[in-house]
Amino acid sequence: MSNTNNIIAKDNDGMPIWKFLIDAFKPRGKFFTPFNMISIPIILAGFVLIVIRFAKGLGSVTNLTQEVPWGLWIGFDVVTGVAFAGGAYVITFMVYILNMKNYHSIVRVTVLNGFLAYVFYAGALLLDLGRPWNVINPIIGNSFGVSSVLFLVAWHFLLYMIAQLIEFSPAIAEWIGHKRARKILSSMTLAAVIFGITLSTLHQSGLGALYLMAKEKIHPLWYSEFIPVLFFVSSIFAGLSMVIFEGSISQHVFSDQISSKNHKAHNGIIHGLSKICAISMFIYFFLKILEFVHGKHWDLISSPMGYWYLIEMLGFVLLPMLLFFYSYRSQNSFLIKLAAIITILGIIINRLNVTVIGFRWDATSHYYPSWMEIVVTLAVLFIEIWIFRWVVRRLPVLRESPIWAKDN
Amino acid sequence: MRINRRSFLGVLGLTGISLATGKKLSANPVKESETEFYGILYDSTRCGGCQTCEYSCASENALPEPDGNDYPEVGIIRKTNETKRTVINVYNTSKGEVYVKSQCMHCNQPACASACLTQAMHKTESGPVIWRKDKCMGCRYCMVSCPFDVPKFEYHSSNPKIEKCTMCFDRIQEGQLPACVENCPEEAITFGKRRDLIAEARKRIYDDPDRYYNEIYGEHEAGGTGFLYLSPVPFEELGFNTTLQDASYPELTKGFLYSVPSVFVLWPALLLGIYKSTKNNHNYVEENE
Repeated sequence: MSNTNNIIAKDNDGMPIWKFLIDAFKPRGKFFTPFNMISIPIILAGFVLIVIRFAKGLGSVTNLTQEVPWGLWIGFDVVTGVAFAGGAYVITFMVYILNMKNYHSIVRVTVLNGFLAYVFYAGALLLDLGRPWNVINPIIGNSFGVSSVLFLVAWHFLLYMIAQLIEFSPAIAEWIGHKRARKILSSMTLAAVIFGITLSTLHQSGLGALYLMAKEKIHPLWYSEFIPVLFFVSSIFAGLSMVIFEGSISQHVFSDQISSKNHKAHNGIIHGLSKICAISMFIYFFLKILEFVHGKHWDLISSPMGYWYLIEMLGFVLLPMLLFFYSYRSQNSFLIKLAAIITILGIIINRLNVTVIGFRWDATSHYYPSWMEIVVTLAVLFIEIWIFRWVVRRLPVLRESPIWAKDN
Repeated sequence: MRINRRSFLGVLGLTGISLATGKKLSANPVKESETEFYGILYDSTRCGGCQTCEYSCASENALPEPDGNDYPEVGIIRKTNETKRTVINVYNTSKGEVYVKSQCMHCNQPACASACLTQAMHKTESGPVIWRKDKCMGCRYCMVSCPFDVPKFEYHSSNPKIEKCTMCFDRIQEGQLPACVENCPEEAITFGKRRDLIAEARKRIYDDPDRYYNEIYGEHEAGGTGFLYLSPVPFEELGFNTTLQDASYPELTKGFLYSVPSVFVLWPALLLGIYKSTKNNHNYVEENE
């Protein structure tokens, strides 16, 4: 609290805005932390690899083939990452539409996470584009490929980023201490939330719909005409599991930012979320079973891919679902976090099964990501965490809003 | 959070925009046109595997000349790639060795073109499916979507192109035949209106039923293709994918795309309704604060 008041006080003291910004960009906190020591070399290596990728083409860095044109950067960075960013639309739905105000304390951090995730995964998408200078074509309107699912997804990414920025913008206004801007931006929140949820519904499912035309290329245990529905439903518990996971880390790492009231409320929040996870996972599991039975895939189960399917369904959907149910009833926070981690792994496995592992599973030469693709992926992830940390340390994200902003 | 005039107008405006966008999105897959597409009929019973088509294709499209040591051989499956838009393979079949040419199929309703978000992949009015480099952003979704794995990407270029057969679209526009058709010494490749080619293929099967397997590959596959094949043996023996669906591939995403406008109309209204009805729920929390 005192922290925020300081900033406002400084601003009100007539400190010019540029001085304020320079001050804000000064690093804070210890530099020689294990996280910094691991992430900095990887980020630097990532930059080198990105330069090589643009100078010599995608083939110099990735293991992509003519049969498997989308690899880790799409399958993990974009498809999986966006599923994890789904927490933002679920939480804003709960807080602003259902008016479940006891989740209000995690809205900002979730929206910030979602926003950064989209910025960076859309960024990762640019790395994967062979001709990125033409990326404006579907935006400026000289060639709209309106029959393309990817067109829809691209537009939704763009619009949803704007919606999320609007949802988050009151925090920026509070940071620079601009009352009027805060008032205007806050009044746009509900509209942005409604728009954002609509967009999320469509592009979370749209990411699945991208693969509808690859009918013969995806293993039949993972291909179904219901991929869009499955992707949408799973994005609910994927996003919430990420909220639980990330929130639990933030409780420790940013404990100086979190008021004791919100700190105490956190267990209540994750208990509530675990219930929603459990229910949405039950729906998902049920849909998967329906799809499996209707697809008549019994014969495929006794094959390596079939066992892998069983591991995913039993170990990474059914098990965490039961854990969520059990831990919700027994109020066990540790089990909730464990279930969230298993769910996160399960979502990674599921998305990669559709996009990479099960994609051209029958091809003679399989695609494996190169170490360089993995390094770039990690670099993108680490840069995102750096920026997240930078914002959380400065803006009223986890900490309370300044007193002047409380009334509305 | 109250709903005031400003936010109400905001929602109203956004809903309006959504409706407008939604409408555009529903104008969907390539129409099954009544205009007659050009096509090519390839008769594998006539093909001798001389690779003239490969050579003429390379020189026509400024691609590297095929390596002399790279010729069709039983047991080896050659594939088109970023330097070869067409290749000939040979298969040992129940009727001896049979040669097969492969290249883009020029589908009537191409998956690649409906997948392309910039319309770089484009089904021309006359039938050939072409790639336009000034539109393409290199996302490779066409490659993901194509059931025949035709588009190839230059992975080792900083200014990569998508390579695929264009049915020599430029030559057709000038009234010339595609290079492979013009240069084929065995007249195994015939160019013409797709409908005429199907009639011609039927006639060949009818005239000499012992010579041909009674099916034209491409007549129905993937919604019908511009490239049509005649073969002496069932097409599985020649490495063709005979499990492809007869409906066109863009059909697969049609349901999803059609649902977009309705979601855009229904969701905001529904969400606003829920918001209104739960608006007073937060009283109990404020007591805590």
